[in-house]
Order: sequence, then C-alpha cells, then structure tokens
Amino acid sequence: MSDDKTVGIVLVSHSAEVAASVAELAKGLAGGGTSVPVAPAGGTEGGGLGTSAELIAAAAASVDRGAGVAVLTDLGSAVLTVKALIAEGDELPANTRLVDAPFVEGAVAAVVTAAAGADLAAVEAAAAEAYTYRKA
Amino acid sequence: MLDAEFFRRWMTATAASVDREAERLTALDSPIGDADHGSNLQRGFKSVIAALEKEAPQTPGAVLTLSGRQLISTVGGASGPLYGTLLRRTGKALGDAAEVDEGQLAEALRAGVDAVMALGGAAPGDKTMIDALVPAVDALDDGFPAARSAAEQGALATTPLQARKGRASYLGERSVGHQDPGATSSALLIAALAEAAGE
Repeated sequence: MSDDKTVGIVLVSHSAEVAASVAELAKGLAGGGTSVPVAPAGGTEGGGLGTSAELIAAAAASVDRGAGVAVLTDLGSAVLTVKALIAEGDELPANTRLVDAPFVEGAVAAVVTAAAGADLAAVEAAAAEAYTYRKA
Repeated sequence: MLDAEFFRRWMTATAASVDREAERLTALDSPIGDADHGSNLQRGFKSVIAALEKEAPQTPGAVLTLSGRQLISTVGGASGPLYGTLLRRTGKALGDAAEVDEGQLAEALRAGVDAVMALGGAAPGDKTMIDALVPAVDALDDGFPAARSAAEQGALATTPLQARKGRASYLGERSVGHQDPGATSSALLIAALAEAAGE
C-alpha cells in the first residue's frame, strides 16, 4: 500500500452535476484529505444529459496510477458505454473494471476502501457489497 | 462479392434513412423512451460518414469497425454502444478480407447480434432492436430483400409486447401498444443493406 499505487475511481452518470456531486460526497465521507484519484464523467460533451465515451476515457486516464481503475455507473447508456469501451480493448487503461454496485453507496465504499490502500479487487468487492445493505 | 465500397454504401444509405426518419424515431421514443432516438442516431451516423470520408478504410471489416467506433463515441444514448457493438463485432468477424460473400456477411452479422445481446442482456421478445435483428439475420440466407421484410415485420411485431429492457421497461404494461424505436431503427439499418445491394 503505497500512495503512488492507489486504485483510481471513475463515476459515470447521465448528469454532470450528479457525477461531480457524488465524487465530492465520496471524497468527503472518506475524509476530506484523501489522495484517492476520483474523476466524474457526467453527461454529454455538450453539457446535456447522456453518456460520453470521450469523457469516460479522459476520466479513466486521469485517475490511472497503475493500480487499476474502478468505474461506477448510474444506468442505461452509462453501463452500456463503459461495457462497450472495455470490450473495445484499447480505449481505457489496462485493468479498468466496471463495478456492479449502487452508484452513491458504491462510490463511497470504493473511495473509502481505495483510500485505505486496498487493491482493485478489494475496492470492487467493497462497492458491490453496498448492494447488501437494506434500507427497509 | 461485397467490397469496402458496398459497406460504405450501406452506411451512407443508413445515414440518409436515419435523417429521413429521425422525427418518426424520436416520436416513437416519446411515449416509452426519452425522445432522443432519432436525433441521437442522426448525430452518430453523421459522424460515421465524416469518419469514413476522412479515413477511407479499405476493407469491409475496417469500414464497419470504424463506423461502430464512431457510434460508441458520438451517440450519447444507449443506442450508441448497442449499434456500435453490432457494427464493430460484425466488422471484426469479417477480418481483413478485401471482399466477402453474402454467407460470410450473414455469419458476421450473427456474431454482431450475439454481441449486442450479450452487452444489453436482451433476448427476442423483450421489445428491443433484437426483435428486428434476429429475424433479419435468420432470413439473410434468402437474400437482402427477405432480410429487409423480416426486420420490418419484426419491428411491427414489437407493438403488442411489453418492454423488458431499457427505460421503456420501467413503464411495465404501459409500454404495450407502442412500436419499439430501437427495433424500428434496426429495420432501417437492414433496409439500407438491401438498398446498398441495389435490391
């Protein structure tokens, strides 16, 4: 667990504001000074609601520290675009994974776990486990 | 035999058809979707045509993989990665051959459709583009016009179905009675194939 090998986190939402706010929330709840690289990729390049492959690729490249990149998405085209980019092979950094997790809770779990120096598999597991927390 | 020029004609005919039908696609997408299918595909295929002109790919496979890549990057909705995957996988299956025959195209398209089903998790009957594409690929052995008819029938047959994938699935029974926009645009794609073949 060294600082230069932290797992990067990308948050993909149909909305730029949602992606940016969830990134801020997750970093805040992980302890404001966390050095985990977190990048939002929200909305389309034109600022509308939707998904941008370019913004996702840029965000993933920006958080890649060599320890892998965990990508969390909201729904629909966000999920499908990330899957298609991963299937493409050379669009995202090596060792980029789409994490099957609830967006907000998963993002918090992923950032907290990555901040503790965990590897990609542990970050993925922590985010996915957020599904098991029932609210009612 | 089908060469790169044939596949360029296919993409050009699809772009023209999407342009003509954009308003109808968006109208179909209004009651059960988010009313952007026509404009999204219009943007995507416009960028496909621009990329084909700029990069001038020389093989059938290269034309389709480049086209698929453009759709994934530029559409901005779920149809981008879905159509992008369809064309890209079909293109990859065609390999580096300078010309392919109709049998090879049918086989490659089947690989593309399988990849779309794997990506989106949809099966026939879920009221999606798959409901036009699967019958079209099945009919392709009988020629392009047969595939076009099968795709059009498949798209029409989505009307009484209840959506089980995508945003329309949130509507449950209220999705019944509307023709699926994705199946409709898939029928345009297959009709453009027949048009490129001059049939």
